[in-house]
Amino acid sequence: MQDLLYFSQQLINGLTIGSTYALIAIGYTMVYGIIGMINFAHGEIYMIGAYTALIAITGLAALGIAWLPLILIVALLCAMIVSSSMGWAVERVAYRPVRGRHRLIPLISAIGMSIFLQNYVHLAQGSRNIGFPALIDGGFNFGSGDGFQMSLSYMQITIFITTLICMTALSLFISRSRTGRACRAVSQDLGMANLLGIDTNRIISATFVIGAALAAVAGLLLGMYYGSVDPLFGFIAGLKAFTAAVLGGIGSIPGAMLGGLILGVAESMTSGYLSGEYKDVISFSLLILILLFKPTGLLGKPEVEKI
Amino acid sequence: MAANNFRHALFCSIITLIISYPIIGFNLEAQGINVTLTGADASTVVMVLLAAVIVFLFQLFRDQIMGTLRSLPHPLPQSSKEPMAENRRAKIESWVLTGIVVLALFWPFFVSRGAVDLATLVLIYIMLALGLNVVVGLAGLLDLGYVAFYAVGAYTFALLSQYLGISFWLALPIGALLAALFGLVLGFPVLRLRGDYLAIVTLGFGEIIRILLNNWTTLTGGPNGIGGIPDPTLFGMEFGRRVKEEGNTSFHETFGIAYSGEHKVIFLYLIALVLAVFTALVIRRFMRMPVGRAWEALREDEIAARSLGLSRTAVKLSAFTIGAFFAGFAGTVFASKQGFISPESFVFLESAIILAIVVLGGMGSQIGVVLAAIAVTILPELAREFSEYRMLIFGAAMVLMMVWRPQGLMPMRRIHIELKRQE
Repeated sequence: MQDLLYFSQQLINGLTIGSTYALIAIGYTMVYGIIGMINFAHGEIYMIGAYTALIAITGLAALGIAWLPLILIVALLCAMIVSSSMGWAVERVAYRPVRGRHRLIPLISAIGMSIFLQNYVHLAQGSRNIGFPALIDGGFNFGSGDGFQMSLSYMQITIFITTLICMTALSLFISRSRTGRACRAVSQDLGMANLLGIDTNRIISATFVIGAALAAVAGLLLGMYYGSVDPLFGFIAGLKAFTAAVLGGIGSIPGAMLGGLILGVAESMTSGYLSGEYKDVISFSLLILILLFKPTGLLGKPEVEKI
Repeated sequence: MAANNFRHALFCSIITLIISYPIIGFNLEAQGINVTLTGADASTVVMVLLAAVIVFLFQLFRDQIMGTLRSLPHPLPQSSKEPMAENRRAKIESWVLTGIVVLALFWPFFVSRGAVDLATLVLIYIMLALGLNVVVGLAGLLDLGYVAFYAVGAYTFALLSQYLGISFWLALPIGALLAALFGLVLGFPVLRLRGDYLAIVTLGFGEIIRILLNNWTTLTGGPNGIGGIPDPTLFGMEFGRRVKEEGNTSFHETFGIAYSGEHKVIFLYLIALVLAVFTALVIRRFMRMPVGRAWEALREDEIAARSLGLSRTAVKLSAFTIGAFFAGFAGTVFASKQGFISPESFVFLESAIILAIVVLGGMGSQIGVVLAAIAVTILPELAREFSEYRMLIFGAAMVLMMVWRPQGLMPMRRIHIELKRQE
């Protein structure tokens, strides 16, 4: 019974982290699916989302507003607006001019952008990590009084529900809306979509905006969950999310969701049963193994090399 | 068109405001557990507004501005001139290079200790960049975890000297060979991957090495690092004031001159210089050898190269291993120069800087890479007052370079014939 409780606790923690990884991973996978480049600066956009949310929360608290749903919604909206604008601007400045060149060039441009954004926030807000107020606390406890207690906090429930809403909205958007259909068309064949009258530049911008907005949601959620933000925290999260995207099959949106969840669970099992310090090692090793034995990921389509 | 332009310009300036005002205009201050928000001072707000206005004006008159820029005469008129005859150019180049090396040999005796120290660092970066140039510039494999091999070299020397008392000169080849072995072992499975997957896997490998170094406290000392790494000796002569090891003599006593701390710094500089020249020469040889041609052929067109019978794995693996070997070299020198190493020195940013040097110099071009290494290492030292903006400018420069001049400052030139278009 004890072991089961411990296991379930790790599972819950893993799913919590994993669902936010999935949110970030969608940004990577959508961009890769359409223009075939790794948006290295995506982790930084997520970090900026977290910072904006924190600024909005502190600002509202200073104004004396204490009604929790209002604070959360305003913070979420602010974070999404700023991050989406950032995503749009990054694509416009750093990626559009180099699109279609040799593979390495957009990638190096993206690394430069990532360094730039990290230091932009670093200069504006300082390098120290800043505490994120725990707005949602408390939760349910299971298990007997003296043994191991499994807890499911309200924060974790909020993360699950928000992620679920976002994922459903995204799926509906992609499958039903006109822009969503255009997105799918562009990811299948950019040139052909262009010929058929789709404004591909607009669609590419739209994927960056959508990815950034979802990353901002993840920024707010993970910021609250971890309780602090610093300018570097986008880097590792971005790497993890990329791993998740590759794990699920890059270019596939359901794959990103699945990959995020698997990665999150694998990580929390490692820190629960082995050691917390090596959880990053596990996720990178997982990435290497997946790429070696199944480069298309779990749900990805095999890529045919054309001559 | 004008109305369209105006709308676009307005949109761009609003975006500029949105992405800059919330982050720059409000400062979060942590006081204990409480976080407070303060508005930035008036000048910052004015700057942000000014930036938005500039973006607005630029986007509004974009066509005119770009038109004027294009009609300006080319800043470098020479670039349109006939290039020099190839053999004459090669002759001049080799004379100039020899001159520079001779100058570099005597230069440290006339300048301050700090300058020599910095020059040693520059030489280490030159070695690293030349090594990475083989992997990225010549073979076209994007390696984002290059710093891992550098770390292997540095830690090999540190650990060997700590546990076995091995000296610098023995550790130098061991460190380089061990780094090359790491390159071989990592490269074997991952080199089948496509370009950007390879980039991520190497990045992951770099992080794994760093995390291991950080957490394997019993062996590596964890975040505290390893100190007390011995200095190199000259035929058993030590450069310290007192001899540390039995059987050794000290440099200043042997030659009967007064002790000076500068001797050691200059000696290290000279070692680094010799090794850097050695690296450059060896790689230059490789470039002319069949394997070097194969690297480039594979970079240009993998399918064509394979159809001509090149083994993809063997060619890529050789580039990867040779690159790692020189990183191990540089790592050993670095450990000996610092006397203390910790995982802090081997973060991803270091890989990015080395990559930026290669890209900035012009992928594949040795002279370009050397110049870029000097520029990237020395410029931040000269602009100390801008030091906090250093990485910001660095990131922006990387992006701008890719947009405007992706071939680098001095792109590699090869003997080639251009077919004249029939008029």
